[in-house]
Amino acid sequence: MMSSPPSWVNGTSPGRVVIVGASLAGLRAAETLRAEGFAGQLTLIGDEPYEPYDRPPLPKAVQAGWISEEHTTLPRRRDIAAEWLLGATAVALDLPNRHVQLADGCRVPFDRLLIATGTRSRPWPDQEQAALDGVFTIRTRDDAARLHARLAAGPKRVLIIGGGFTGSEVASVCRELGLAVTLTERSATPLAGALGQAAGAFAAALQRRNGVDLRCNTTVLALEGDAHKRLRRARLSDGDELDVDVAVVALGTLRNTEWLQGAGLAADTRGVVCDAACRAFDADGVVTEDIFVAGDVARWPHSLYDGELLVVEHWSNAVTQAETAAHNILATAATRRAHKHLPSFWSNQFGVNIKAIGVPTFADTIILTQRSTEERRLVAAYGRGGRIVAALAANAPRTLPAYQALIEARAPFPPELHASDGPAELHPVPAGFPHRGQATHDPGAAPTGAGPNTPEPPVDEEALKLLDPRVPLGAPPLVTLHTNETSRGQQSLLHEEPTGAMRL
Amino acid sequence: MIQTPVPPGHLFDQVLDPASRANPYPLYARLRQTPVSVQADGSYVVSTYREISQLLHDPRISSDERKSAHPAGALATTETPPFIFTDPPEHTLLRRLVMHQFTPQRIASLQADIEQAVNSLLDAQQHQQQFDLVQDFAYPLPVMVICRLLGVPREDEPRFRGWSAALVRTLDPQESLSEAEVQQARQSSAQMQAYMQDLSETRRAHPQQDLISGLVAGDDPDGRLSEPDLLVTMRLLLIAGHETTVNLITNSMLALLRHPEVFDRLRRNPALVIPTVEEVLRYDPPVQFRTRTTLTEVPIAGVTIPKGARVTLVLASGSRDPARFVEPERFWPERDDNEHFGFGGGDHYCVGAPLARREAVPALKALTRRLVAPRLVSDPPPYRRNAALRGPEHVQIAFDQLSG
Repeated sequence: MMSSPPSWVNGTSPGRVVIVGASLAGLRAAETLRAEGFAGQLTLIGDEPYEPYDRPPLPKAVQAGWISEEHTTLPRRRDIAAEWLLGATAVALDLPNRHVQLADGCRVPFDRLLIATGTRSRPWPDQEQAALDGVFTIRTRDDAARLHARLAAGPKRVLIIGGGFTGSEVASVCRELGLAVTLTERSATPLAGALGQAAGAFAAALQRRNGVDLRCNTTVLALEGDAHKRLRRARLSDGDELDVDVAVVALGTLRNTEWLQGAGLAADTRGVVCDAACRAFDADGVVTEDIFVAGDVARWPHSLYDGELLVVEHWSNAVTQAETAAHNILATAATRRAHKHLPSFWSNQFGVNIKAIGVPTFADTIILTQRSTEERRLVAAYGRGGRIVAALAANAPRTLPAYQALIEARAPFPPELHASDGPAELHPVPAGFPHRGQATHDPGAAPTGAGPNTPEPPVDEEALKLLDPRVPLGAPPLVTLHTNETSRGQQSLLHEEPTGAMRL
Repeated sequence: MIQTPVPPGHLFDQVLDPASRANPYPLYARLRQTPVSVQADGSYVVSTYREISQLLHDPRISSDERKSAHPAGALATTETPPFIFTDPPEHTLLRRLVMHQFTPQRIASLQADIEQAVNSLLDAQQHQQQFDLVQDFAYPLPVMVICRLLGVPREDEPRFRGWSAALVRTLDPQESLSEAEVQQARQSSAQMQAYMQDLSETRRAHPQQDLISGLVAGDDPDGRLSEPDLLVTMRLLLIAGHETTVNLITNSMLALLRHPEVFDRLRRNPALVIPTVEEVLRYDPPVQFRTRTTLTEVPIAGVTIPKGARVTLVLASGSRDPARFVEPERFWPERDDNEHFGFGGGDHYCVGAPLARREAVPALKALTRRLVAPRLVSDPPPYRRNAALRGPEHVQIAFDQLSG
C-alpha cells in the first residue's frame, strides 16, 4: 500500500494522532488511519457526549418519527481502537508545544493533528428570545430530540426562520405531520442562497403547493413569549403578527474556528485554509506538515473552480476529504494525494429528491436541460464564463453522472446534449444568487475567495446590518442580475408562474 | 479460457459467436479492461458498471433506432417502434399508458394462477426421473402467465411461439443474423401484427378484465394509444413475456445446481429465495446487453463516441464489475449490496420486473422444495443462438423423485 511510511508511523515510535471533532469526518478519518496501517495512539475529541452520529436524518426522519435520534449513530466500518474524549471541548491549539488544550484544562499532546470541528447552528441574535421555550435550532441529536417531542405534541403553528435546506426539510416534515407551517426567508425564494433564485422559484412553488405559508423577502423581527417564557407570537417584517408555539431557527451555520484564534493557522470565520492534500496553512501562508483539515470547517482549493477556496458542508465531502486527509497523515511525498471530490448533495423535501453536483454558487447562469417543472422532474445546468460548473436534478438523480463528466471536462455552457427530453429551445436565465449574506440560509457549497491567507474582506455598513437576520432587505436590486441575458420575464425555471402570491 | 490474444476491436464478435454462448463471462472480463471500446464495425461496447450506469441515464443517449446510423433489426425499426425503442416525450407517454395497465393489483391477482401452474407443471413429472427444465417448466410457465395477464388465448401459443423467437433474434446485431433469419423476422412481424389486430378488435367488441382490454379501452386520462402503437405494444408485451422469464428461472436452477452449498442454504432457509433471484439477475441475467444510439458526441472513459454510433451496453458485464461488486464472480445470494443491471436502468427500466419476480420466486421455491436430489445431466447445456436475450435451449435435470 504505502511505499515507505514516515518513521513515526510504525517501528519504535508509532506516534500519536489527535482528531478534534468526533462527527462524520472525524470518524471516517480514524477508520482510514487504521485501515491504512496506523498502529500508534489515536485520540478523538468531541464536544458532544455521543459517539459519532449521522446528521442528515435529524431534520427529516427523526422529526417524522421514522427513527429516533438514538438510532442515528454512524455505523462503524472497522474497529478504530481509539481513545475517545467525548463531552470535551477543545479551546486552544498550542502549535509550538504541540498540544490541544481542553476546556477542563487538560492538554492532549499530538504528533499529527486533524481539525474536523465542523460547524454549529447560527443562533437567533436575541439571546432572551432564543431562550424562549419553543424556540429551537437543529444541529445536534439533542436539538432533534427536543424538537421532535414538541412537533409530536401537535403545535398549532410552526414558524421556520430561514429557507435553506434544513428549514425547507423541516417545513416538509411538518406538512407531512399535518402541522400548519409558516416559513420566512429574507431573500426572494427558498434555497436561493444554495441554488439561486431561478431554481428557488421551483422550490417556492413546491412549498406553496404543499400548503406552506411561505413568506419570502420577509424576516422575523421579534419572537415574543408569555409570562412563563413560552413562545407565543412572532412579529414579521411584512407587518403580520403570528401566533406560534414552535419556532425553528434555520439560519445556516457558523464554523467552529474560535478555538484556533491566535494559534497561528490561516483560520478565521470562513474556515481553516488547507491545500488540496488537506494540510493546513499557517498564518503566514506556509503549508504545515502535520496539521490537517477535513469536512465542513475546511477551506480548500479545487482545480475546477479557478483557485477559489471552497467551503462545502455536504456529507459526501466530509467523508472523502476525511479519507484523503487520513491517507496523507500517513503518506510520504511520493504517496500523498489530492482531494479532488466534486461537491454533491441531496435533499428530500415535499416528495421531491433534489440533488446537485458541482458548485452552483460559482455560476451566474442556469439553463433547463431536461424535462420540466410541470413534471416535477427536471435537470438544469449551471454555467459561468461559457463553461458548465454545476448541475441540479429534481427527481432525476441518476442523470447527474453524465453532467459530472461534463463539469470535470470543463465542457462548454450551455452543454451540447441534444437530449430527447430537453426543451424545444434552450433558454439560459440568470441563476439569481443573492449577494452574500442576503439569504437567511447557507449556500451549502461556496467559493470563499483566494487563499491561503487573504484577509476577510472588509464588511461595509450595508452588509454588516445583514449579519442580523431580523433586518429586512432594503430596496431592490435584491439579486445579482446577469446583464447579457434574456428578457426580464424569464427569470426562473418555471414555465408558468404558479397561481397565488409569487413574491418575486 | 480463451487463449489466443484478440485485439479489443474483435472481442465483441467473440461474444456474439455461438461458441461463447455457454460462458461469455471471461470475455466480459477482458472487455472491462477497456471500459468503452470501439469495435471493428464502428460500434462501441461499454462493459464497466460506472460507464454503463452513466449512459443508461445520459441525456445524450437514445433508444430510438431511427436516430442511429446503423439501425438494428426488425423488432426495433418498424415504422411504429414499440415503446422500448422510443425516446421522451413519446416514450414517457407510451410507457405511462402501459404502466397504468400494469397495475400492482393486476399482477398480484395472478399469484394464485402462478402457484397453481407451477405445481401442475411439476405434478406432470410425477412418475419421471428426468425432465427438461426449459421445455417442460421454465418456458410454459411464463407463457401461461403472460397469456393470462394480456388476455391472449393460450391455444394460439404454437402460432406465436415461432413469431416471437424470430423477432427476438433481431435484438442481436444485424451482422450476426443470416438473410433467412432477417426474412423470417419480417414475416413474423407482419403475421403477429395481423394477429394482434384481430385480438384487439375482439376485445374492443367484448372487453374482459385483461390488460389488452384495458389498453384497447383507452380511457386513461393521460391519453390513449394510437392503433399502430397499440398493436406494437401488445406484440412487445407478448414477446417480452416469452423470452426473458424463461431464462431467469432456468439460469436460477443452473446456478443452484452448480453451487450445491448455496442450494443447501436455500433449502434450509426458503426466505433466501428472494435474494437468490436478485443474485441470478446479477450473476447470470436473461438480458445480457442492450443497444443505444448517441445523439451527439459523448466523451467517456477516454474515448469520444461519435454522434449516431451504435452503443452496446453489456449489462451482464457491468453486473460483474469488480470495481462495483465484492467478489463479482461468486454466486452469493447473501451479498448485501446488489444493485444489478438485471432489469436495465434509467427510463427504460424493465416494466415487467415485478411480474418476473412474482414468477421466478414461486417457481424456484417449488423446484427447490419438490425435486429430490436434482442434478444436471450435462453441463454446460445447449444454448439458443441469441446473445442478447441469452439462455439454454434445454436443461436436462435428473432427480430421484418428486415430493408432494
